[in-house]
Amino acid sequence: MADRPLLGHRPNVANEGLALFADELAQQGVPVQRIDWRPPAPGSEHALARLALATERITEANDRALARLQAARPLVAGIGRAGDLIEDMDGRTLLHAGPPIEWPDMSGPLRGAIIGAALYEELADTPDEAASRAAAGDFNFVPCHERGAVGPMAGVVSHSMPMWIVANEAAGNRALCTLNEGLGKVLRYGAYDGEVLDRLRWMRDVLAHVLGSALEVLGEPIDLRAMLAHALQMGDEGHNRNRAGTSLLLRELHPALLTSEEPTSDKVEAVRFISGNDHFFLNLVMAAGKATADSASGIGGSSVVVAMARNGTEFGIRLSGTGDEWFTGPAGEIDGLYLAGFGPEDANLDIGDSTITETMGIGGMAMAAAPAIVRFVGGSPQDAIDATRSMYEITWGESEHYQVPSLGFRGTPLGIDARAVVHTGVLPVVNTGIAHREPGIGQVGAGLVDPPMEAFVAATRALADAL
Amino acid sequence: MTDRLIVRRDTYYDSVTLMLASSDAEDVEGVAFAAAVTATPVNLSLIEAQGFDLTGENPGPNDLIVALRASSDDAADAAERAITARLTGPADVATGAPGEIPPRSFRSATRRNTDLNLAFVSVPGRYATVEVAQALDAGLNVFCFSDGLSLSDEAALKKIAVGRDLLLMGADCGTAIVDGVGLGFANAVERGPIGVVGASGTGIQEVTCLLDSAGLGNSHAIGVGGRDLSSVVGGAMTLRGMELLDADESTSAIVVISKPPDASVAARVIEAAARTGKPVVVGFLGPIALEGDTPANVTVVDSLEAAAQEAARLEGGKIEISSLQSEARTPGFVRGLFCGGSLCYEAMNVVAATGRRISSNVPLEPELRLADVESSEGDTFIDFGEDELTEGRAHPMIDPSLRNERLEREGRDPEVGAIVLDVVLGYGAHPDPADDLARVVSEALGRRPDDLTIAVALCGAKRDPQSIDDQAKRLEDAGAYVTRNSAQAARVAVATVATTTERADG
Repeated sequence: MADRPLLGHRPNVANEGLALFADELAQQGVPVQRIDWRPPAPGSEHALARLALATERITEANDRALARLQAARPLVAGIGRAGDLIEDMDGRTLLHAGPPIEWPDMSGPLRGAIIGAALYEELADTPDEAASRAAAGDFNFVPCHERGAVGPMAGVVSHSMPMWIVANEAAGNRALCTLNEGLGKVLRYGAYDGEVLDRLRWMRDVLAHVLGSALEVLGEPIDLRAMLAHALQMGDEGHNRNRAGTSLLLRELHPALLTSEEPTSDKVEAVRFISGNDHFFLNLVMAAGKATADSASGIGGSSVVVAMARNGTEFGIRLSGTGDEWFTGPAGEIDGLYLAGFGPEDANLDIGDSTITETMGIGGMAMAAAPAIVRFVGGSPQDAIDATRSMYEITWGESEHYQVPSLGFRGTPLGIDARAVVHTGVLPVVNTGIAHREPGIGQVGAGLVDPPMEAFVAATRALADAL
Repeated sequence: MTDRLIVRRDTYYDSVTLMLASSDAEDVEGVAFAAAVTATPVNLSLIEAQGFDLTGENPGPNDLIVALRASSDDAADAAERAITARLTGPADVATGAPGEIPPRSFRSATRRNTDLNLAFVSVPGRYATVEVAQALDAGLNVFCFSDGLSLSDEAALKKIAVGRDLLLMGADCGTAIVDGVGLGFANAVERGPIGVVGASGTGIQEVTCLLDSAGLGNSHAIGVGGRDLSSVVGGAMTLRGMELLDADESTSAIVVISKPPDASVAARVIEAAARTGKPVVVGFLGPIALEGDTPANVTVVDSLEAAAQEAARLEGGKIEISSLQSEARTPGFVRGLFCGGSLCYEAMNVVAATGRRISSNVPLEPELRLADVESSEGDTFIDFGEDELTEGRAHPMIDPSLRNERLEREGRDPEVGAIVLDVVLGYGAHPDPADDLARVVSEALGRRPDDLTIAVALCGAKRDPQSIDDQAKRLEDAGAYVTRNSAQAARVAVATVATTTERADG
């Protein structure tokens, strides 16, 4: 039996190509869906054709990858120190966001964060000394993604930093992410002055303990998938807006915080800090995304994207079906709104692992859930809805857990198909913050950015080669 | 005069939209020449032939070229605006609900609408493999109008289609009729008991139209693309089509048409025909040597005309072939200028049977291939629908301008005694092909009233959107012989130059 038998059933046609033929069918009273077809991204034609003849295998692989993304159930499992959690993390190892990069190619904010981390770990006494040690090859730079971790913006992680541990109950894997420092002058945006370092020490010595104790008191692990699903219905998209998620987290922790045995002054300070930082929840979302995406990696033939990350110089992606290989292109310029006193001339290129949120089906994918943030790009709520709708063109499926109220509670677009990106020319919508191009300054704005098509073309070609 | 040449990189518009844009610009006052085209070899040579210098531009096949010649800069500006207006005009994509984003792929379309059952693909050929594969994967039957797929891709895609129990009509499928709905180039023929499977678009059109003229309707006509019966593809969809028509209750007789396939595939077709419980007429366009006895329910004939006549006979009907007679006049070469590949082939068979050797871009024998499609040699037939002449252009049934320009040129060649043409009506075809053609015919015959004959095979049905009687009358008034099938047009033409062979050989 044919999937959709033809003879004896009136044709119901999807037309791709000449409008003339759709017109002709419409004239005959036949229902016609017109497809807005465009040629695929240059350089991808041969790879797409080779993959086309293996469509069945790729469909099967993508179905499996999608099933893993759907099944993932990330839970907050605790807080630990990077050096204890990451096997080969010695004192001189510094993790960073994005694909692999060495000092000479690093942008200002990443260098700033490296300098800051070196000062924080007392690997150097002055910024100049930190920079010259970095330039001399004294530090070991490793992408967070290659150590089961993710980091926002510069994403720099050093030995003694506290990290969220998020466990994916479905697949038994786990992922790590640092604690969020707040906005403005912070390490992840490349700032490293005394204020930044003091905060990092306080986070290590106080905040991590307060949170760790609260989690112990709580007993039950926090279900991030459920919390995130609620946050999406409260106007967050989980990347640039985490106001609802942060509130929900704090609400969940509140009784445990009150009953834990940490000094009251520490607890007050911690609650004040979290309450004052709308992005506090982001780092948990990112760890949840990493735990989710990692569980879908390593499926031969799958064109589903399992990592998108930027190091401030390059934007890199990984596919489920192409193992650990990174496919990169130049990091993009961000189209956004700037904090008072800053403008596009101050902006660094796109940076951070936070695109793990889009990879897990939220962030830019869920723009329609967060109409408040389209103002970053001077858009309207309708633009947010259109952005999410356009993403269904390039995702393999729709989330069973994350829903968008304004789209009739439709699931968010989930599982970016690199093949579909080059085929349709539709790039993933990415929400992001903007770092100052110089080290030591910090955040200057936020907005939207286009990933480089060439990374998706290269990934598609590699997938075709691997068949 | 001012010339203007604009190259826009990686800019895609479909060939029909570009044809309309070019024509809008040519209508601007003071514009002598305007072309907005995809930078394919055929289109580039057209622009160079107009004297435009493309040196240093190195346009690629994804680029858009605009070439303008106008009496003033103002006129050229106006022409450019006309092109921009057409290209950026209201999107012809149906938008559905407000804010609905049109689907960008078959996968997306089928996720939105599970009632879809057929994908119509007419994207440029080099992209078609991907589109067809995705449509099949989404569970859609496919009508692939696009040409230019590799034979191995076609074979692989058809294997996938067979595995999923889907029909893949094409690549390079011109025509199908499903449940009375014309797909691609198809005629508004009555519904009835005769099912057709054809590796030939205009072949299906001619057979269904001839049957329609005898009051015999069509159940379904399944196009399979011209290479379905190649040994690589092995007749995958021809066999599938016969099975479907065998199972279809509205079909009582089946006609299969194709150029002569290789012997093993032909044998497989005959075997499959025998397996159906219905009478089957197999029309191979040309003589074919078959081994063994033909099964009782199968009749094998060697032309479209005979296939239609035999099918009519099975249903107790009779097709009247035009009784036009022409007289031998001055000897000369015969030239055939066709939009329909099978009509061209059928006409060549008729002319070749008189002993002439016909050069062609779709030759009867490989050694008769025309060296340069632009230059006729002796008796020459050209199929303007062949891939090489349609890349980046609308099909000649939509845009017959290349064919009509060639007619003008051939008509001036004193060695030419007769010209055979086709005019194909129906859905998808030019809304009024006689308009330009009658003028060219009339001018050609006006220049050489005594030693040039033009015969037209007019393929169409009474209910076609273009009135067939009106089209016939205007071509007859212009001086052409008009017949309703290709073989007869060829007979009329060749009869007027009956003594040419000596001269052609001598």
